[in-house]
Amino acid sequence: MKSLPALMKKEYLEAARTGKITVLILLFVLFGIMNPAIAKLTPWMVEMLSDSMAENGLIVTNVQVDALTSWTQFFKNIPIVLIAFVLIYSDIFTKEYKSGTLLLVLTKGLSRYKIVLAKTVLLLSLWTVGYGICFAITYGYTAYFWDNSIANNLFFSVTIWWLFGVWVLCLIVLFSSLLQNSTGVSLCTGGTVLLAYLLSIIPKIKAYSPTVLMHTSSLLMGMEEREAYIKAIVIAVSLCIVCVAVSIPVINKRQL
Amino acid sequence: MDVLTIQTLNKSFGSKKVLYGLELSVPEHSIFGFIGKNGAGKTTTMKAILGLIKCDSGAIYVMGEKVHFGQTSTNRYIGYLPDVPEFYSYMTMTEYLTLCGNLCGMGKADIETRSTELLELVGLGQEKRRIKGFSRGMKQRLGIAQALLNRPKLLICDEPTSALDPAGRKEILDILLAAKEQTTVLFSTHILSDVERICTDAAFLNDGKIAMQGTIAELRGKRSSNGFFIEIEKKEVTDTLAEAFSELQRTEENVLVFHGDENRFFYIMQYISENRIPIQRIERIEPTLESLFLEVTK
Repeated sequence: MKSLPALMKKEYLEAARTGKITVLILLFVLFGIMNPAIAKLTPWMVEMLSDSMAENGLIVTNVQVDALTSWTQFFKNIPIVLIAFVLIYSDIFTKEYKSGTLLLVLTKGLSRYKIVLAKTVLLLSLWTVGYGICFAITYGYTAYFWDNSIANNLFFSVTIWWLFGVWVLCLIVLFSSLLQNSTGVSLCTGGTVLLAYLLSIIPKIKAYSPTVLMHTSSLLMGMEEREAYIKAIVIAVSLCIVCVAVSIPVINKRQL
Repeated sequence: MDVLTIQTLNKSFGSKKVLYGLELSVPEHSIFGFIGKNGAGKTTTMKAILGLIKCDSGAIYVMGEKVHFGQTSTNRYIGYLPDVPEFYSYMTMTEYLTLCGNLCGMGKADIETRSTELLELVGLGQEKRRIKGFSRGMKQRLGIAQALLNRPKLLICDEPTSALDPAGRKEILDILLAAKEQTTVLFSTHILSDVERICTDAAFLNDGKIAMQGTIAELRGKRSSNGFFIEIEKKEVTDTLAEAFSELQRTEENVLVFHGDENRFFYIMQYISENRIPIQRIERIEPTLESLFLEVTK
């Protein structure tokens, strides 16, 4: 029973000592600050550009920014952090296959599913904490400058985007159990998201695609109801469970 | 009692067959040399014992329990040292041994005591650095410490000395010799002098199967063509003898080496005696594992 906590402790120690936690937290903090900052600076930036725009015949009137502008920035920027997250952690399993570090821990009688669980817990906890920090910073500054209450379904929107991130991280776990190198893991994870996105273009399938969870702007503006996302939420949760569940027998059968 | 038994083990990688009905048994408290050329299948056999690779057919038993691929509970009896042990380089030795101890289900106090004891045994007691800066020899010694941590019944070492300098090799062999008190050691190698130095038993792996197995004394006794040095006083007579008997080969000006049937040797001795040929020395060539290995694998 001690082996899972020991393995998780090892994962966190690795994340801390290799600097991955620091990089990720810095990214989340940076983007957390940037979201309201960009919204706040938008009128000033537009004014700076107004002269050159006027020369081209474009007349800039007074630009109004509010909490919605800040939250729009949040949902525009968080995919960048998620991509960085995927790139940083695409080698979470593969580097252990390559270096052979797994050999020694497995010969201690450790069950292989615990490796999958420990690494999944690390990914999800880092994503949750980092995402939470990014959200909290954006929320705090937005509340300071404007009024958050004008953003409809804010917590729901933030939660479904978090769920989309969880699905992407579960894809990393799945492809890491199947593939040998981190480039393959990144490409297959990105490819699967792209495929889901392309499928969501088909009207009949759209409601079922996990990529719908990224489209939060109409929710924030109150133009869409939460019920429209239920199918995508159910599919995303199911896919997360399937990804991790499939990874376990694949890792069990892997020749090391 | 045998700690390890392998029965008719077969393994192929694609179209390349590596193990052909391998049979092996390792007696308890022996230091067992598993000898084979590079690519003979030593590492494959060891990984199969650890349940790390799936074999096509056959069975492996460790302490009487069957080994299963992927999830094998028999690993609780085994300590393993790969040829190039890789550790989490960001950890210190104590942190790594604590992780290993926890994975084995050992208690905190036991891990601390055992780690201190083993680090002293392998000569790394004073080292506080992270593993990242360790030399190959230090990693090998730490590898032995982690392998012995849970007091295994069987210590498997995959070519533990192959990449070390003579001083490092001696240190590792001395540690393995000391470990014999606590466990059975199975170590693969192609360095036969290492086997002669510390092993009680050995097996020759050739073409994916065991060509010969036994105690070191038994193996030496199995050398089929014993030889003799015959040193003659006069050079001219040496030439005559070499021409007269095809079993005699001249190696130095007045030294002949005999290889062949013992009856033939006695016939030559009789000839020398009858012709009163003066001899300085007759010496039996002691069979070595190397000569036996070369004979078995030719």
